[in-house]
Amino acid sequence: MTRQDTTDHGRNAVEVRGLVKHFGDTRAVDGIDLDVREGTVMGVLGPNGAGKTTLVRILSTLLRPDAGTATVAGYDVVRQPRQLRRTIGLTGQYASVDEKLSGWENLYMIGRLLDLPRPAARKRADDMLERFSLTDAAKKPVMKYSGGMRRRLDLAASMIGNPRVLFLDEPTTGLDPRTRNEVWTEIKHIVADGNTVLLTTQYMEEAEQLAGELVVFDQGKVIAEGRVAELKARVGGRTLEIRPADRGEVHRVVGALAQAGLDGTAGATADEKRGVVAVPIISDEQLTAVVGLLAERGIALTDLSTHLPSLDEVFLAITGQKATHLAGENETEEVAA
Amino acid sequence: MSTTTESPESPVSAESPAKDRTPPEGVADEGRIGLRNNLRHIGALVRRNALQIKHDPESMMDVLMMPIIFTLLFVYVFGGAIGGGGAGGDRDAYTNYLLPGMMAMMGLNISMAVGTGINEDFRKGVMDRFRSMPIARSSVLVAKCVVEVGRMLVAIVVLLTVGFMVGLDIDGRWAGMLAGVGLTTLFGASLVWIFMVVGLTMRTAQAVQGISMLVMMPLQFGSSVFVPTGTMPGWLKAFTDVNPLTHVADASRGLMLGEGAVAAPVLWTVVWSVGLTAVTAPIAIAQFRRKT
Repeated sequence: MTRQDTTDHGRNAVEVRGLVKHFGDTRAVDGIDLDVREGTVMGVLGPNGAGKTTLVRILSTLLRPDAGTATVAGYDVVRQPRQLRRTIGLTGQYASVDEKLSGWENLYMIGRLLDLPRPAARKRADDMLERFSLTDAAKKPVMKYSGGMRRRLDLAASMIGNPRVLFLDEPTTGLDPRTRNEVWTEIKHIVADGNTVLLTTQYMEEAEQLAGELVVFDQGKVIAEGRVAELKARVGGRTLEIRPADRGEVHRVVGALAQAGLDGTAGATADEKRGVVAVPIISDEQLTAVVGLLAERGIALTDLSTHLPSLDEVFLAITGQKATHLAGENETEEVAA
Repeated sequence: MSTTTESPESPVSAESPAKDRTPPEGVADEGRIGLRNNLRHIGALVRRNALQIKHDPESMMDVLMMPIIFTLLFVYVFGGAIGGGGAGGDRDAYTNYLLPGMMAMMGLNISMAVGTGINEDFRKGVMDRFRSMPIARSSVLVAKCVVEVGRMLVAIVVLLTVGFMVGLDIDGRWAGMLAGVGLTTLFGASLVWIFMVVGLTMRTAQAVQGISMLVMMPLQFGSSVFVPTGTMPGWLKAFTDVNPLTHVADASRGLMLGEGAVAAPVLWTVVWSVGLTAVTAPIAIAQFRRKT
């Protein structure tokens, strides 16, 4: 196991051993081991159908595993579901709030279901709406909320009971970039308060923004795990895309980079079709050096851009092949929207 | 990230309900939900359903319109013809015969809607939240049942109001009427559980609707709800005699009109209601638990 590092002094908030769940012939979760230390954020990265949601549903007692064990806050998901439910918060892929009720009514109801006395439930609903910047929309039915507002309300609802472990199942899937940032900000606040979070996502960028450690799922199996920084190094982190003014010069650019022997530039590849050269970025110094080199050689450029690896590229880097279920992604996303 | 770095105890976590929910050290946490908590949970969920109605008043249309339309339809379209036949002479006599039976019909029709309701509810994320919270899973269903009984009572009030306007005459038997209403809602509540089982079993709301209609039609018309069973052929009469709807209708009729037997149909109604609930409620709750 790669994760037994020296800083490990906290208890595990989530412990999963040999977990299996199949639906008919499909093994949605196929022998997963996973530890989430208290007060940390674990990201679970994978395409649709990789088993992320199934894992979250098992950990939140919505599904029974077929084999293996899992505990949350020390409670077994099968034998102690009632105790376990007192310790968790769940924000699903589909907004888990009542659409017909207003934001305030939703939060008040959840407070009451968590045994808060009426005045405390009222206050908590007010406080949470304010904390998640929803006070103005408090009385509006959730049906009229925007996608980002819904997710924020969903987060607020999950935080009402101050859960020891928070499960976030694809909290920003289907959101536009601006709204995504909005939700990330709220999640970062939650994380800063020292909560334990297990987050599933399809976006490397999201994992990088929010999680400290990461496991990568494919077809119900863990195919990679480690600190986000380590994995980033493995998958190449950011990529620099260079677009020469003359498409024909892509090979000249690659040649120049190879010749100069700069760090990491050996991995540079030319894409003739798009007329770009992709260079894995290892450090900021390297970035500067590459730009400097190109200027020195007098190569005219029309575009320079950096981007994070897509899930596709992560999978390519880790497994050497395309993610298995990526093809069906769009259909499922539409349902979620 | 910068705004909340002052202390791990943010203002939000200051009065942490988590503290109350964590058992004291050394005490075995069985995770049991006490009766008082359970009632509070049911109350909060009933409130949820009531608020849904408040935000979406159209969902009460069936409850308000069905009794009016059916009463007018049966009294004025069929009443004269049927009343002239075997039900005692005229339209007014038929109105008296019909209204207690219609109460039973309201119980059936309104409880039927719970099947589609719960089936649709299940498609929504909010059910996942309820099911992952420390509440008894049965409380979601019990709350639904309470709300349906409330809707049933509204329908019966509308029905009786229309009934009195078109000539229902109970000759001052108010206590009998209340007893009839009570029995009808008791029976209606037991039907709610049956339709919950249907709603939780079928995959789609349309299928629920279809099955519910199949159950409802023979029960409703193969009974003494609309006409006395005297003219029916023997095989059909054998069915209507055991049909619980016949007992419910006859019980209310006896209590409200002072005609016919009272004790036997009242007893049968109670037996059916308790029996149906005892069998179907645990099935519904078990299915709800298992449903993913």
